Amino acid sequence: MTQFLQMGGYAAYVWSAYGITLLVFILNIWSARRLKAHKLEQVRRSMEAEQPRRRATVRQLQ
Amino acid sequence: MKLPRWFHRLGSPPYVYGLATRLRPWLGWCALVLIVAGAYGGLVLAPPDYQQGDSFRIIYIHVPSAYLGMMAYVILAVSAGIGFVWRMKLAHAVAVAAAPIGASFNFLALVTGAIWGKPTWGTFWQWGDPRIMFELLSLFLYLGYLALRAAFEERDKADRVSAVLAVVGVVNIPIIHFSVIWWNSLHQGPTLLKLGAPSITMNMLIPLLIMIVGFTVCFTWLLLQRLQAEIIEREQDTRWIRQLAGEAAS
Repeated sequence: MTQFLQMGGYAAYVWSAYGITLLVFILNIWSARRLKAHKLEQVRRSMEAEQPRRRATVRQLQ
Repeated sequence: MKLPRWFHRLGSPPYVYGLATRLRPWLGWCALVLIVAGAYGGLVLAPPDYQQGDSFRIIYIHVPSAYLGMMAYVILAVSAGIGFVWRMKLAHAVAVAAAPIGASFNFLALVTGAIWGKPTWGTFWQWGDPRIMFELLSLFLYLGYLALRAAFEERDKADRVSAVLAVVGVVNIPIIHFSVIWWNSLHQGPTLLKLGAPSITMNMLIPLLIMIVGFTVCFTWLLLQRLQAEIIEREQDTRWIRQLAGEAAS
């Protein structure tokens, strides 16, 4: 196991390259997810802005 | 010529959105299995290189990233071109979705290349090395495409102007590929894509091929999710998107 982790003396190079790759993948997955959720949220908010809730209308009348 | 029905359907945002929803779980799991298997093959099963020792194992992420950085640009340019010529909104949406992912793989190719270059060539970076320079140009093309889009308030205008940049920039892709043949470069000549058999042994080659396929599947998975986000944005005033947003809320 230790031998595997040492990568024949190239541990710093091999593992940093694989680590950065993993990080870029995680960022890609996270940002794609967040983008889609954000766009859906925007649509939802604009729908709510167009149709104010009934309670709000009652308050306006009073 | 009569085009088949599935082809026409690919122009319909609700159809493509639904198709993406159905395909995404499969693509995600396939990508995970392939990348884990490829990494195991590359890090554990493949023997150390007789010249480079274990540092050559960076190949299993460097080559797929570089390949996808180029592939994604071709997808971006072709979609933007189709969008420009036939005024297809979905084609522009694909181009927009491909850009940030392609840029991230392009970045990864440059970084892993630098890390690999240190033990192999004795330097992280070589100004003037043709392949490195054109690869860097490719990253700037991605960033330029995104920056140019951001400069326009009107989406239609952003689509059309950025498409011109995308299509012109595609010239860079064959230059990256052939740069190692045309000029003296620190990079080695082609190993896989050349006439005759690939110059790499099987137990080193198979993990590499698995990684290339795994990265490509992962790219497609991410692309479909970003494409869905782009469709939501572009179709926000339609009934089906409003229904979708309402369902997602409840």
